[in-house]
Amino acid sequence: MKFIDEYRDKELIMKLAGQIEKAAGHEYTFMEVCGGHTSAIHRFGIPSLLPKKIKLISGPGCPVCVTGKDFIDKLIACAGMDNVVIATFGDLIRVPGSSSTLERERAKGADIRIVISCLEALETARMNPEKKIIFPGIGFETTAPGTAVTIKQCEKDKTDNFRVLSAHKVMPPAMEAIIKEGVDIDGFICPGHVAAITGSSVFNFIPGKYKLGCVITGFEPVDILHAVLMLVNQKNLDMPKVEIQYNRAVTENGNEIAIRYLSEVFEPCNAYWRGLGVIPGSGLKLRKEYERFDAEKIYSPEIKPPEDDGLCICGEILRGKKVPGDCPLFARLCTPDNPVGACMVSNEGACNTWFKYRKDE
Amino acid sequence: MNDFVTLNHGSGGKQSQDLIKNVFVKRFGIIEPLTDSALVWDSGKYLAFTTDAYVVDPLYFPGGNIGKLAVCGTVNDLAVSGAIPMYLTASFIIEEGLPMKDLIQITESMADEALNAKVKIVTGDTKVVERGKCDKLFITTSGTGFMNTGLEHISTGERIIKGDKLIINGPLGNHAIAVLGARNRLSFSTPVVSDCASLNHIIKKVLDRTEEVHFMRDLTRGGLASVLNELASMIKPGITVDEASIPVDDPVKGLCEMLGFDPLYLANEGKFLIVVGKGEEDKVLEILRSDPLGEKSEIIGDIVQGKNNRVILNTIAGGRRILDNLSGIQLPRIC
Repeated sequence: MKFIDEYRDKELIMKLAGQIEKAAGHEYTFMEVCGGHTSAIHRFGIPSLLPKKIKLISGPGCPVCVTGKDFIDKLIACAGMDNVVIATFGDLIRVPGSSSTLERERAKGADIRIVISCLEALETARMNPEKKIIFPGIGFETTAPGTAVTIKQCEKDKTDNFRVLSAHKVMPPAMEAIIKEGVDIDGFICPGHVAAITGSSVFNFIPGKYKLGCVITGFEPVDILHAVLMLVNQKNLDMPKVEIQYNRAVTENGNEIAIRYLSEVFEPCNAYWRGLGVIPGSGLKLRKEYERFDAEKIYSPEIKPPEDDGLCICGEILRGKKVPGDCPLFARLCTPDNPVGACMVSNEGACNTWFKYRKDE
Repeated sequence: MNDFVTLNHGSGGKQSQDLIKNVFVKRFGIIEPLTDSALVWDSGKYLAFTTDAYVVDPLYFPGGNIGKLAVCGTVNDLAVSGAIPMYLTASFIIEEGLPMKDLIQITESMADEALNAKVKIVTGDTKVVERGKCDKLFITTSGTGFMNTGLEHISTGERIIKGDKLIINGPLGNHAIAVLGARNRLSFSTPVVSDCASLNHIIKKVLDRTEEVHFMRDLTRGGLASVLNELASMIKPGITVDEASIPVDDPVKGLCEMLGFDPLYLANEGKFLIVVGKGEEDKVLEILRSDPLGEKSEIIGDIVQGKNNRVILNTIAGGRRILDNLSGIQLPRIC
């Protein structure tokens, strides 16, 4: 299949693995920020292709994993209101809130439907004019433009039963927060699809201010290994910079139309990241002129302040300080069937991928 | 265990197995290992016996409908046990308001498929429920067949040894994606058609020509990965599969990439795994490939010296990882 098979070419993969082996003079730790990368790295068995000297750790780029319990609690509160339908991306339904999940609420009778895009949620609103449809706006710069386009569409056709509960976030402030926490890494494997929207330039501050290398890469094994090789070379030469490996999707300036939509519909706000706390300017909330679509404003769902996660070390995992195997709950009390922390829920979560692919380690 | 049944309990993965074991098996006193058909020894012969409920939504999908599926699925459960399917029963739960022409068309499909599979539908039951009490139409079929002695090891895999080869009879995931496409009105540039088919004839061809079939199982709910994990828990040696050798059609692959699904977990309705003794694989492959239902058969892996009931996947990229049981239903991802 075009755009896939050529990036899964075994010969090329072996060649890259050989070059990495040769170039790796000492120990290196790189953080893959994006959950899509975490999932691809383990799905393709990349760690078994890398020399032991190179460690890849997962960062905060799985949108489900960094979603706070309070967000789930709010959705559950909304789901309990009359005539409300929650139309959500699938990953979210299993994320534990303080005392339940959307999946369990659905089993008890709440109207919770899975959609594969925000526009499909809008379609649900059009088909059910007597209901109020709430779309949980979750995800980074990759998915937020989809929400922005949908809201513009709503405005245009005067759909009045569609709302968004926004937990959209942006990536660079979280990466900066992790650096400031003192994470011990030699460079970032930067998120390919975030960068396809934002452009590579949003990461320029990382080598500039913090002297850490950044390579923006795709999601196939050739992409990932190539990025590792580029980061090893940057480190060896002590020349940190932002490089684009994923040049079939990413440019320096990004998708200007998407960026315009984002800034027209959303404005930055402080946002809570599970495990990282509140990061200034890292969230996206609806601008005042779009308030009538804002579920937060319309319903102000009341919830109790959520308690912390006890023994769960998702926070330290998301900050790259620990690996899932270090957690006392991992694979014992916390499994994909019964997740304690959000990192165990999503296909892209560090704990979920470890559980699926590496639980013997 | 949860306080409520959730859709995960019906996924065919780990939670389904837990539900079956913790709720049903222990109360009914069913003897493990759990197989697709029960084998009952009676008057010098094995009687194979199975039952399955069909609730597919929508009723029609490219390549079949709920009626055809209800016949194929039960025929296949018998056939993979090594039995010759003979008689089926069919019971219908019908929602008030179902167009009569749909009921007739679906019943005709059942009759056609029974003819094709050479089984007889001999009795049945009909219930009509109020609107909203079921979704259009649910069908349950039960089936019986006879099994020749000397094949009883096929459902339990007890003869599997190191060196055996794993074969599947074609590309994975077409049924699941065809149904998903029909349900969500997705359009494909190359149409995806369900592989829904009765496998008893192709299986008989194999059984007639080799005695080295050590295991068979149809790759329905939960897909290849779930069957491999179930098998791994039933036998002592380990299992290794090569991702690159597992056939998946391009449109299925493409949609899986987009939605974050893994084709190894997707349901099929005309595919089965067959484990054969070392040295017999080429012969079996040739038999399978000479049948229209097995043209794209491939050897996909080996029984190996193993540990921990694990299935190991050699990835397309040349890496290695665990191929685990599915936890809950596959959820379309965010981005």
